[in-house]
Amino acid sequence: MKIKTLSRSAASVQAPGSNVGKQTRNLDPSLHPFERAREYTRALNATKLERMFAQPFLASFEPGHVDGVYSFAKDPESLEHFASGSGDGIVKVWNLTSRQEIWQSQAHENIVKGMTWTRDKKLITCASDRTIKLFDPYSQNKSLPLTTWHGNHAYSSVSSHRSLPSFAAASSNISIYDISRAAGTPVQTLSWPTAIDTINAVAFNQTETSILASCATDRAIILYDTRTNSPLHRNVLNFACNSIAWNPMEAFNFAVACEDHNGYLFDMRNMKRSLNVLKGHVAAVMSIEFSPTGEELISGSYDRTVRLWSRSKGHSRDIYHTKRMQRVFSVTWSPDNNYVLSGSDDGNVRLWRSQASSRQGVKSFALRQKLQYDDALKERYAHMPEVKRIATHRQIPKQIKKAGEIKNEELKAIKRREENERRHTKKGKTRRTAERAKMILAREQ
Amino acid sequence: MSVNNSSKTSVAKSNTAPIADADTLALRQHAASAVATYGRGDKIRIKSVRDKKLRANLRSLEAKTKEATIRAKGAEILLENNAGLLEPEHALERTYKIRQDEIVENVGVETAKLGFELKLESFGPYICDYTRNGRELLVAGRKGHVANMDWRSGKLGCELQLNETVRDAVWLHNNQSFAVAQKKSVYIYGRDGVEIHNLKNHIEATHLEFLPYHFLLASVSIAGVLRYTDTSTGQSLSSIPTHLGQPTALCQNRQNAILHIGHQKGTVTLWSPNTGTPLVKLLPHHGPVRGLAVDRSGRYMVSTGQDRRMSIWDIRMFKEIHRHHLRLPGSSISISDRNLTAVGWGTQVSIFKSDIFTRAPEDFDSSALTIPTPYMNWGGDGQTISRVKFCPFEDVLGISHDRGFSSILVPGAGEPNPDSLEAGTNPFETSKQRRETEIHSLLEKIQPEMININPNFVGNLDLASEEQRKREKAADMRPEDKVAEMKKKGRGRNSALRRHLRKNGQSNIIDETKVRAREAMKSRDKKEIEKVKKLKKEYGPALERFARKGMS
Repeated sequence: MKIKTLSRSAASVQAPGSNVGKQTRNLDPSLHPFERAREYTRALNATKLERMFAQPFLASFEPGHVDGVYSFAKDPESLEHFASGSGDGIVKVWNLTSRQEIWQSQAHENIVKGMTWTRDKKLITCASDRTIKLFDPYSQNKSLPLTTWHGNHAYSSVSSHRSLPSFAAASSNISIYDISRAAGTPVQTLSWPTAIDTINAVAFNQTETSILASCATDRAIILYDTRTNSPLHRNVLNFACNSIAWNPMEAFNFAVACEDHNGYLFDMRNMKRSLNVLKGHVAAVMSIEFSPTGEELISGSYDRTVRLWSRSKGHSRDIYHTKRMQRVFSVTWSPDNNYVLSGSDDGNVRLWRSQASSRQGVKSFALRQKLQYDDALKERYAHMPEVKRIATHRQIPKQIKKAGEIKNEELKAIKRREENERRHTKKGKTRRTAERAKMILAREQ
Repeated sequence: MSVNNSSKTSVAKSNTAPIADADTLALRQHAASAVATYGRGDKIRIKSVRDKKLRANLRSLEAKTKEATIRAKGAEILLENNAGLLEPEHALERTYKIRQDEIVENVGVETAKLGFELKLESFGPYICDYTRNGRELLVAGRKGHVANMDWRSGKLGCELQLNETVRDAVWLHNNQSFAVAQKKSVYIYGRDGVEIHNLKNHIEATHLEFLPYHFLLASVSIAGVLRYTDTSTGQSLSSIPTHLGQPTALCQNRQNAILHIGHQKGTVTLWSPNTGTPLVKLLPHHGPVRGLAVDRSGRYMVSTGQDRRMSIWDIRMFKEIHRHHLRLPGSSISISDRNLTAVGWGTQVSIFKSDIFTRAPEDFDSSALTIPTPYMNWGGDGQTISRVKFCPFEDVLGISHDRGFSSILVPGAGEPNPDSLEAGTNPFETSKQRRETEIHSLLEKIQPEMININPNFVGNLDLASEEQRKREKAADMRPEDKVAEMKKKGRGRNSALRRHLRKNGQSNIIDETKVRAREAMKSRDKKEIEKVKKLKKEYGPALERFARKGMS
C-alpha cells in the first residue's frame, strides 16, 4: 500500500531563528469565497477613505495682494515659480515650494490684466493703463521694467510665442511685438475685419507655435495664423468668453471659459460643434486652464468656486471653495500636475491639491500598491449606488446650491418651452440641436 | 512556375507545421484548463457591443482577465505541497481495509503524532469543532464539559464544566472565542474560558453555525426559530421561524453563506437572513434528516436521514445525483477540502472518495441502493459516533463520540496549500498576524444583505426596468383605503364623504366602499348630533340656542 500524508513542518514556513514567515499563496477560487462581495466592501471602504482624506486646501500665499488677483502666469522653464498680478498694479513672483514671495513690483497703475513668461525667464505684464512692461524678476532685485511698450488702448491679455522672442498683446486688436527690437511698435497686427470690440483673452498655441486664439466681448472666438498674418476662423457663441486655454498635449484642442456659466472644449479643426460642455458653475466662468497632462481642467468662476474637470466628462469631478474666497478670476495648474492655484477677488492666492485626497509624501511600496488597488476597485464598482453617492457627494455653500437649483429649474423651463413649441409645430420643422452645438451662434471663415 | 513555388512552400510548411500545431494545441489546452479553474464566468461577446469606447474597454478587460487566468494557472508551479494519498499497489489490496496503526507506521513521526485519542468517558457524547485554520480544537460534552486546545502541541486553552446541557459549540472567527449552545441560551466564551457574552435571545439553540466573512452567528432552536447575531457589533439581526418543528441538522454553504437546515419530515431548507421564507426546499429523506454537509466549492450537498439513506445532491441544479442506503442511519457528515466525505453511522465512520460526486449513478454496483465502496473505514469499537469533522489543511479527521474524541489520519483529505493571505486560514499564523487579519476582516465584513444563493450577484446591473420595480414595490404595499382617506378630509355640507356618495351613490350598484362610506357618514353625523347635545347641556337653557354643529 502506498501511503503519503501531508506533513508541513513549522520550519518550512519560518526558518528557525528567523522572524519572517513565508507567505504562501493559493489562487484557487474556492479558497477565496465571496469575491465580489468582498471586493465591493473594499471599494466602498476605499471610497469612504478617499472622502475622509479629502482635504484640498493647502495654504494661501503670504503676504497676499491688497487688491484682487486678476492674472496668473507660470514660468514654463521652472517647476516652482509663478507670478500673480493684482488690481492695484502690483505683480508678485512666488516660489511654490517655499510658498514665499521672491520678487514684487508696482508694475502698473491699474489692474494687471495679463501676464506671460518668455522663454528666457522674463516676465511680460500688461494692464489697463495702456502699457506692457518687461521685467526680469530673477537676475536683479530691481523692480523697474527692462522695457515698456505704450499702446492706445487698455491691454487685456498677453501671450508669448513658444520659440521666437515675441509676444501677442490684446486690446481692441491683437498686436504682435518683438522683444528683440528696440522700436516700440508692433511688428504685426491681427484683427477680424468687422470686429471692433475688446478682446478678452489671447493665447499662443505652444505646440503649433504660429496659431493664436482669442476671444472677445463681441462673443467671438477667433483663430489666427501669424505666418499668413490673417485670421483663420471665427466662431460667434451665444455669450462672450473670458479666457482661453490650449491643451498642452493635444495641440488642436482648446478650452474657453464662457459667460453662460459653462466651459467649452473645441477642436480647432472642426469648429461646427464643441468637443465637450463643462456644466456646473452657477455664475460666469472667469478663467480656465488645462492640466499639464491635458487630461483635466480647472476653472474658476464668479460664483466663488473652483471646479476641476475631466476632459471627457461633462460634470466636474470636484469643487473647491472656502468661506473667505471671493470671486475667482484666475486659476492655474502647477507644472508637476499635483497642485492647483487660484487667485480671487479677496487678494489671496490659494494653493490646493489637484486630487483632494492624495498626499505627496514618500510612500512605501505597500502603500502605493494599496492605493493602486483601491483605485482599480473604485473604478470597477463606481456604478454601485452607494459608492457613487459617497464619491460624488460634496458639501457646497448654501447660496451656490440654491443658485444651482434655481438654475436647473430655469433650464428645465426653457427645455419644456422648447419641447412645447416643437410639439405644436409641423413635424420636422424645428429640429433639436445637439447640446454640444447649441452655444454656437454663427461661424465665419 | 507558380505551382512549383507553392509546392516548395508547402513542403517547408509540412516540416514545421506538426510541431507548431502540437505547441498551439498544448497552449490552447493550457488556456482552457486555466479558464476552467480560474475563469470568472462567461466571456463577454464584444462584437455585439455597438458603442466604440465601451467595446474598446471591454476588449481590454477581456484581455486582462484572460492574462490573469493564465498567470494564475502558471502560478500553480509555486504551490509547495502535494496532497496525501492512499493507493493499493496490487489488485488484492483494498484501501478500506487499512487500519490506523498501519498508517501510523508508514508516515513520518511528526504526522503520526496527529492521530490520538481523548478518553472522556463521563460527560459524553461529545461534539467537536476546529478553527478555520485547523490549529485549535474545541470539544464539548453533552453534559457540560467544554475544552479547547492547541491539539497538535496538546496545549490546553481552557477546560470548563458548565453543569448544563451543551447542545452545540463552534469557534467564532478565530481562536480567541467560541460559542456554546447551552440549555437556555447561547454563551460566548473567550479562549481562556471567560464568559464574554450571553446571547439571551438565542433561546434553546440546538445547532450553531458561524459565517466567518459576515461575522454572523446563526442558531436554530428547539422551537424551530433561526436566529442570526452579528458577533462584531452584537446586534441580533433577524429571527426567522421555520415553521417546520425542531430542526435536526444544520450546515452552511461556505461559498454563499446560505444555511441548510434539516427537518423532522425529511426536508432540507435553505435560508438567508434576508427572507422570512426558505429560499429552497428539498426533500431528500422520508424521516428526520440526521446529517448535512456541503462541500467547499458549494456544489454538492450530502445528507443522511433516519431512513438510513445517504443522498447526494447537486445544489446548483437542486437535483439529487444519487442515493445510497447505509446499514444504520448516518449521524454526522463532514466533507473535506479535497472532497472526501466522512459519514459517521452507528459506531462506524466510513470515508468516501470524491468520485461519489462525479460518478454517474449507473457506475455504482448493481443497484443504486447499496453503499459505494468506501475509501477508508474506522470504528466498530462500540463508541457511538456523534460528530465527524475534517481538520482543515491536515490529513486528519476528528471524530467525537460518547467516549471522547479520536483524531485519525486520512491521507488525501486536507488541502495541501493554504493561502496565508486569506483571513483566518493560515495554519502557521502568528499572534501578530492574527490580530492584523482580524482588523482587516472586520473592515471587509460583508453586509448580510449580500447573502444570496448566487454570491456573485453583487455589482451586477439590475436589469429590471423602473416600471417593473415600481410595480413590485406597489405589490408589497397595502392598497390605500379610500374611505379612511375621505373620513380624514373634513366635515360639513360638502365633505369628501358626502361628495363621494352624491356622485357615486345614485346608481343601484352597491359595493363595499359605498357601504362603508355610508356607514362612516352616518356615524359621523351621529357623533355630531351628540356633540351638539352635549354643548347645549353645557351652555344651559338660556344659551343653548347658540350650540351648533361644527363647533369644537
